[in-house]
Amino acid sequence: MQSKESWRGAFCSLAVVLVAWWLISWIIRLPIVPSPVDVFINIGQDFFTKMENHVLYSLGRIFGGIGLSIIIGVPLGYLMGTYERVNRLLSPLVYFTYPVPKLALLPVVMLLFGLGEASKLIMIVLIVVFQIIVSSRDAVVNIPPEIFRSLQSMGASRIQMLTEIILPATLPEVLTATRLALGTAVSILFFTETFGTEFGMGYFIMDAWLRVDYLDMYGGIVVLSLMGFLLFTLIDVAEKRLSPWR
Amino acid sequence: MDKIIEVRHLRKVFGNNEVLKDINFSVSKGEVVCIIGASGSGKSTLLRCLNLLEYPTSGEILFHGVNILEQKMSNAVYRTKLGMVFQQFNLFNNLSVLDNCMVGQIKVLKKDKESARKTAMKYLELVGMVQYINAKPDQISGGQKQRVAIARALSMEPEALLFDEPTSALDPELVGEVLKVMKDLARSGMTMLVVTHEMGFAREVANRVVFMDAGVIVEENVPEVIFNNPANERTREFLRRILDQ
Repeated sequence: MQSKESWRGAFCSLAVVLVAWWLISWIIRLPIVPSPVDVFINIGQDFFTKMENHVLYSLGRIFGGIGLSIIIGVPLGYLMGTYERVNRLLSPLVYFTYPVPKLALLPVVMLLFGLGEASKLIMIVLIVVFQIIVSSRDAVVNIPPEIFRSLQSMGASRIQMLTEIILPATLPEVLTATRLALGTAVSILFFTETFGTEFGMGYFIMDAWLRVDYLDMYGGIVVLSLMGFLLFTLIDVAEKRLSPWR
Repeated sequence: MDKIIEVRHLRKVFGNNEVLKDINFSVSKGEVVCIIGASGSGKSTLLRCLNLLEYPTSGEILFHGVNILEQKMSNAVYRTKLGMVFQQFNLFNNLSVLDNCMVGQIKVLKKDKESARKTAMKYLELVGMVQYINAKPDQISGGQKQRVAIARALSMEPEALLFDEPTSALDPELVGEVLKVMKDLARSGMTMLVVTHEMGFAREVANRVVFMDAGVIVEENVPEVIFNNPANERTREFLRRILDQ
């Protein structure tokens, strides 16, 4: 998302969505589909008074959840990818628990960890961490073994194999996994924020809906997608910076 | 003569498959030893055992008389003393040609950037790749990659170089440039152990040729004897097959 062309692409696709939205609102003419113009004006008026705090809460939870997932998932994946024995031990566990619908565990998590931030982070981690584990493991497995051999033959230590080969070679895959995780995290976030909190975009949107304040509700949705866009762009920029050979 | 590497009763077993059976041989300083033999005869495994990319099942590997399998010297330090050139080049594709030759010196030998660069340039010049120092490995040909790989191994200033079929993955027209670099190296007095199918190279450059078959050293001798008057029937059979091609 750095070149001029990709920015132009972003604006074009945004324009198409907005025009479609505007057309629908113009045809339906009901308060449940307000015109995008009104929604954006509303965001302009409300952002720093009403929304700012919710945005910060949500961003914090996303960063926290994804950060924790990376801290847990990447080393686990690396271990599984490097040591066949660890993989044999853990991959059945991963495959067994990956498909469990974790949202169904929300009540359990809330009972055990309370209604606060902990249970929200845990929910995000529970769902997202598997994608990160599996992708980082596969990324390690896909490194040609000869590459290790050539560094090994120069007398490199295990730590150097990690920092010089595994980290740079798996970075693109880990970032892709993070990108996918991000989308999932935002949608889980919305769900967890509708319970037991009065902060966050999920709460803001549901609250507006209950108050039949459609302008606020759509404003919240737009801001949430902008947050997603911003985060995706951040990852793209990070990828360009960190693995310039791609 | 000063023996750099000596192997005694070396065995390597993969599962039920005994790939190396009681191997005994040595390489002295300044020698060029070529290992020939059919694929599956254990030559590459022997080479990998020598710098511990495969760990021998039993036996001794003496480096200047010290058994490195007894861990008196760390495996990593020992490996830096033996350079390795692989069949598939195994360059680091994310690094430039120059960086490929510097990374080991900086990370493993802890040299500073400037002296690492100097050393790398010296050997890149030797292999004739100075004009490509900023290229990435996917921008150069296989023969050029292998020359860079040789320069990379040399940049670690090892006591001996191990070559694992260095020309087998190359297009025929690119084999010559790599063999020429290797010949120059041999003439400069580098100690080299070369697993190869290039009989012409072995005949011309080797001080000694080792013929392996089914995990044992069948015969070893100066190239004139091995190629013109081999003692063993298996050697004769192998040479007849390979020279007929």
